[in-house]
Amino acid sequence: MAHSHTAKRYSGLMDWLTTVDHKKIGILYLIAGGFFFLVGGLEAILIRIQLAYPDQHIFIGDTFNQLTTMHGTTMIFFAAMPVIFAFMNAVVPLQIGARDVAFPFVNALGFWLFFLGGVLMNTSWFLGGAPDAGWTGYAPLSTITDASSATTLQHNIMGTDFYVLGLQIAGIGTLIGGINFLVTIINMRAPGLTYMRLPMFTWTAFITSGLIVLAFPAITVALVELMFDRIFGGAFFDAARGGNNVLWEHLFWIFGHPEVYILILPAFGIISEIVSTFSKKRLFGYSSMVFATVLIGFLGFMVWVHHMFTTGLGPVANSIFSIATMAIAVPTGVKIFNWLFTLWGGQIRFTTANVFATAFIPTFVMGGTTGVMLAIPDADFQYHDTYFVVAHFHYVIVGGLVLGLFAGMYYWWPKMFGRMLSETLGKIHFWFFFIGFHLTFFPQHFLGLMGMPRRVFTYQPGHDLEMGNLISTVGAFLMGIGTIVFLINIISTWAKPKTAVADPWDGRSLEWAIPSPAPEYNFKQTPLVRGLDALWKEKMAGNKEMIPAEPIGSIHMPSPSILPLTMSLGLFIAGFGFMYEHYIVVGIGMAVTLISMFLRSVYDDHGWHIEPEELEDKGGRA
Amino acid sequence: MSTHQTGVLPAHPETATLEGKNKVLGFWLFLGAEVVLFGCLFATYIALRNSVPDGPTAEELFKLNTVAWSTFVLLTSSLTSVFAIMAMHKQKLGQLLFWLLITVLFGLTFLGMEIYEFTEYVHEGHKFVTSAFSTSFYTLVGFHGAHVAFGICWITLLILQGLKKGLTVVTAPKFYVAALYWHFIDLVWVFIFTVVYLMGKVGH
Repeated sequence: MAHSHTAKRYSGLMDWLTTVDHKKIGILYLIAGGFFFLVGGLEAILIRIQLAYPDQHIFIGDTFNQLTTMHGTTMIFFAAMPVIFAFMNAVVPLQIGARDVAFPFVNALGFWLFFLGGVLMNTSWFLGGAPDAGWTGYAPLSTITDASSATTLQHNIMGTDFYVLGLQIAGIGTLIGGINFLVTIINMRAPGLTYMRLPMFTWTAFITSGLIVLAFPAITVALVELMFDRIFGGAFFDAARGGNNVLWEHLFWIFGHPEVYILILPAFGIISEIVSTFSKKRLFGYSSMVFATVLIGFLGFMVWVHHMFTTGLGPVANSIFSIATMAIAVPTGVKIFNWLFTLWGGQIRFTTANVFATAFIPTFVMGGTTGVMLAIPDADFQYHDTYFVVAHFHYVIVGGLVLGLFAGMYYWWPKMFGRMLSETLGKIHFWFFFIGFHLTFFPQHFLGLMGMPRRVFTYQPGHDLEMGNLISTVGAFLMGIGTIVFLINIISTWAKPKTAVADPWDGRSLEWAIPSPAPEYNFKQTPLVRGLDALWKEKMAGNKEMIPAEPIGSIHMPSPSILPLTMSLGLFIAGFGFMYEHYIVVGIGMAVTLISMFLRSVYDDHGWHIEPEELEDKGGRA
Repeated sequence: MSTHQTGVLPAHPETATLEGKNKVLGFWLFLGAEVVLFGCLFATYIALRNSVPDGPTAEELFKLNTVAWSTFVLLTSSLTSVFAIMAMHKQKLGQLLFWLLITVLFGLTFLGMEIYEFTEYVHEGHKFVTSAFSTSFYTLVGFHGAHVAFGICWITLLILQGLKKGLTVVTAPKFYVAALYWHFIDLVWVFIFTVVYLMGKVGH
């Protein structure tokens, strides 16, 4: 063939370091995100140990601040986001009948930037102290760099630098990941797969990617300003030179609120897939579900001030943002009822995935209810910065997102790894985690209403706070046990042979039309989509597999490359250079990145081909 | 270089392949993210532009004369980049590279004038650390300047690639998105000229 080039194929570790295959990148995201989830979870357990009894002295002062800051930042940016990206990588190209994502190279770059950003931030534990200004990094607390005025920080004056540079590097990775999935979903859909036939998870991945593209630049700017203030002596947040620290709050939350929807929308998508599959019914109100997703994404940008009701922006601003916030409850309610009506009258199978999904629904409603309570500015003055807020956002993020992610893991594990997770261990995992979750966070509503402030490292006896805190700590340990059961499940599954069938759940969407795990080229022949729930449609028409939209031919694949890793490593090195103000190191790091970009631009990737004979060998069907 | 002319390129070589289509769409989306980035920088500048407890104010500092000249130079470079893409659509590689070279030269001129302007300001006591106004000024205008500098390096590299690889369905999307990028940073400058310099002179 004229364009056939000999492929550079790697094996072992080099295969993983150079891969541009979305399925392998998805697994990398899952492993890295899972690792950071364990780190963040450990930090949470330590926080709960300190708060188990009143007046304890285990992790006090700045150490406690480091724990809460790192727990929040790690969980949001380095655990939840990458696991979402893991599913987007593993599932979206399969659901749209594509052979790959639009930008396989950029996809790999996004992963390495995220991963090295997370590593950079976590090295702070060993280099003088972790970030300690809260995951929200409010100025002027986060701008303190003067050792003499920072005695309360116990000379941990560099921690926030790790926060700034770690998030900045990871943020670039997330941004380009978002662009990649938008283009993938717009340009790479199989013939016949119109927008209103997209599986719900793909729809939510699409909207989430759009939110990423429009929200992440705001935190980029916020972090740049904080970095310039800390490292170059800028005056953005220095009131003495005319700076304004409310600016940080605005920029942070203009990013931060859409981020909440970036997190939860994919979970909505996962729940929609699972509830529909295990009820053996088409998703109730599909088009209203799509509309609700778009509307939530749109309104998500209109509500950031509800994090700032007590900042003092005045009654008009507070009222407008209050009403906008309550309005989001409407499309969210639409979704809740659609899930309930999907279950209604269905042939429900309570697999582990579906148990997580059905547990998600009432738990998320509870988080949503406290959200509407918090949207009332007058009441928020009471709730603000108390454990009521902590309870609320853990109900939506853990009770919503994390239950959704666990559901997704049990559901798509066979497609990602070719092995079925144990259902028995899965149920044990579920009950420990679910009961532990409610024990941990339900009492925190009342602790908050009784006035216990968040981010404070202890409380005094005799204020009726003891019981709630002790229950909360016990619950945290139960969640930890649940997570350990999950790890045991993964390890014991690993030891088994790859026996998962193509379609273990009697699925409805295209990813179940190909073998488990998906072959490197995904689809031997691009499928023709003839309706919503494309695979189900063919099953009902009596077809055993999808109708192909093209003849069998040789398949073009992108070449693996080490450049995504070296580009990211360059920024990682430069990040340390900035923090320690060694500009030679910055120069070296930037040079590594720019040379990698130069090489990428100059040497065109012609890719390689999988020939039809090889397809037959691998036994894939359309 | 004419040896690289294939003569059989489609009418829009930048979107003739799926890779090209993806690249152009992805770049538009990237520019959407850049709009938010500069939007936030503008918002910061507008919030802080009158916070000058110490140091010169915008009105004392800016000289519309020099700024008008750099505006003229940069906007002209946008025109020359349009000529480059028109030449690309006519499949005239020589003209394409010539106009890109002119674009780069205008860009370099602009950058030189900006560096000169910043040096002047520093001598007048308007340093990065002077006030919230000065910090936000240098950050906004400097971010734009850094984009110009990156664009100059990028387009220079593309000119060299054009000499070596010619005009193909692989190189055409590269030229096209670089031109999009160049238009975008010119557009940002129009807003900087208005919001920073004109409003700095007359609007308080």
